[in-house]
Amino acid sequence: MLRGKRLARGALAAGALALALPATAAADSLEAYGNGALPDSVAINSMWVIVAGCLVMFMQAGFAFLEIGFSRGKNAGTIVAKILVNFSIAALMFYAIGFAFAFGNGDLIGSDGFFLRDYGDPQAAFFPDGLGLSNATIESKWFFQFVFCAVSLAIVWGTTLERIKFGVYIIYAIVFSGLIYPIAAHWVFGGGWLQANVGMQDFAGSTAVHLIGATGGLAVLLLLGPRRGKYGQDGRPRAIPGHNMPLFGLGVLILWLGWFGFNPGSTLNAQDGRFPEVLMITQLAAAGGVLTAIVTAAWKTKSIDIGMAGNGAIGALVAITAPSGYVEAWAAPIIGGIAGVIVPLSIYAIDKRLDDPVGALSAHGVAGIWGTISCGFFTSPRLAQYNAFGNPDGGLFYSGSLAQLGYQALGVVVVFAFVFSLSFGTFFLIKRFYGLRVSTDEEEAGLDISEHGMYGYPEQFIPAPELVGYAEAPGSRDVPRPAPSTREVPAS
Amino acid sequence: MKKIEAFVRHEAFEPIRTELLALGFPSLTISEVKGSGRQKGITERYRGAELTNYLRPKVKIECVVASGDVQTVVDTILKHARTGSIGDGKVFVLPVEEAYRIRTGESGEETLQAHPGVADAEQVA
Repeated sequence: MLRGKRLARGALAAGALALALPATAAADSLEAYGNGALPDSVAINSMWVIVAGCLVMFMQAGFAFLEIGFSRGKNAGTIVAKILVNFSIAALMFYAIGFAFAFGNGDLIGSDGFFLRDYGDPQAAFFPDGLGLSNATIESKWFFQFVFCAVSLAIVWGTTLERIKFGVYIIYAIVFSGLIYPIAAHWVFGGGWLQANVGMQDFAGSTAVHLIGATGGLAVLLLLGPRRGKYGQDGRPRAIPGHNMPLFGLGVLILWLGWFGFNPGSTLNAQDGRFPEVLMITQLAAAGGVLTAIVTAAWKTKSIDIGMAGNGAIGALVAITAPSGYVEAWAAPIIGGIAGVIVPLSIYAIDKRLDDPVGALSAHGVAGIWGTISCGFFTSPRLAQYNAFGNPDGGLFYSGSLAQLGYQALGVVVVFAFVFSLSFGTFFLIKRFYGLRVSTDEEEAGLDISEHGMYGYPEQFIPAPELVGYAEAPGSRDVPRPAPSTREVPAS
Repeated sequence: MKKIEAFVRHEAFEPIRTELLALGFPSLTISEVKGSGRQKGITERYRGAELTNYLRPKVKIECVVASGDVQTVVDTILKHARTGSIGDGKVFVLPVEEAYRIRTGESGEETLQAHPGVADAEQVA
């Protein structure tokens, strides 16, 4: 016991010492700048990657507002705390081990560059055939990849709103951003075997970010169960309307804006002039998705559904994420438009069995699968050769060959199976030893008051006279104060 | 004619309404109310300061029925609103002098509920 403690203390001290030394990449670029040997392109490319990364960071606000809008008012505040905590955990985990697992060298798992250290030459380190093609600094690349990881983590929780214990967010975030996401992302776009050996194409992460997140969301949903009152005794689903569609709309538009960093930023390079084209393709797909989703919803439900318009936009953006760097502009509205049809139909079908309050399984999972598969049809030979992954003759519509379609399907199946089994195992253990769900009383009262001791909208839940405060009435000093509680307690 | 006023938990309302509808009592009014009883309320903590919240939200159900139907309606409410914990609420029964249906100007007990009384319904069945 004592020995173990001493060992642990020694390891801690060594770790702290290693971290106290200056980070090598920044030191290198400072030195090169001093010698006049730092090319302008480093600054230009780093600038673009950081700007794009900041746009992707802003997507956290998009997820927050989207989820808040789709929750009831009694569960609005908890989402703010969740987003802040998860984003912070992901940052530390991705700095410590995630980035090394995802982009270090190795077929199965990256194995160098922990704490962004000891990776040698920045151009040769961290996936030289991918990240290495850009000479942006390592810190820019780290930031850009970290915000991707954080987006994927945010997607997981869309299925769990209004009933999950806050601690689950913390535990799973550590496992997800340290292990699950980095390994799967390594395979798909970190130079791992699916990308390098199989030839799977995923430009910005329909599979690597969105399907991974949605798969984690499916795993937790199966163990968590529906919100109280979602399904009647006859098993029919009831609507549990969210409390604020304008906030939901703001969330959708913030996500849309963020996607202009997500896809175009994945060029990691401003100098080859590719990023404006990728941005245009992203916009065209989203436009297609909104319009077809509205038509699909009107056809199925006889109403122009606000939520479905937003889900159509998100679904189309998710779908175009993988092909955005591989297809020509004409294909974008088609890919997005098909996503806009698939997503509402998928939401109607899933809602019959599984309670997914924001439609994350459909908008990120099903649309992510479609987007990944769509490369197999639409990838143009010019861009396949430029990116140097997959069949150089392009997708089915160019080459007449099913090869790329096969690579894409294999990638989807492998990533889904891997992420699902690891996530299901993690959530199973959490359920066993900690519990996933709040109590019935707490769910009725709302997570804001039961988990955080405060309401997101106090005026809605506390009568106005009590908010004003009170003057002491004569003799009222002896009245005993209630014990702090989130439940109604008997008078003594 | 009697008016039944019940103060119940929010989650009790839906089963009560469903059963009253099935029994032939579709006419009722609800309001979201806040009140205090033997429960002590809850404490909200806002950035370190406490705010005690004595008034708890309840649903108030108001329903006017013929005197002979009072027990049926009250039993239905008691059955679904009782959890056994403090804060389940209360039911009051008040006398009512007269009732008018505005659309036709009719008055009396036949204006109260659209469906036949429970006794009639049982006879029909």
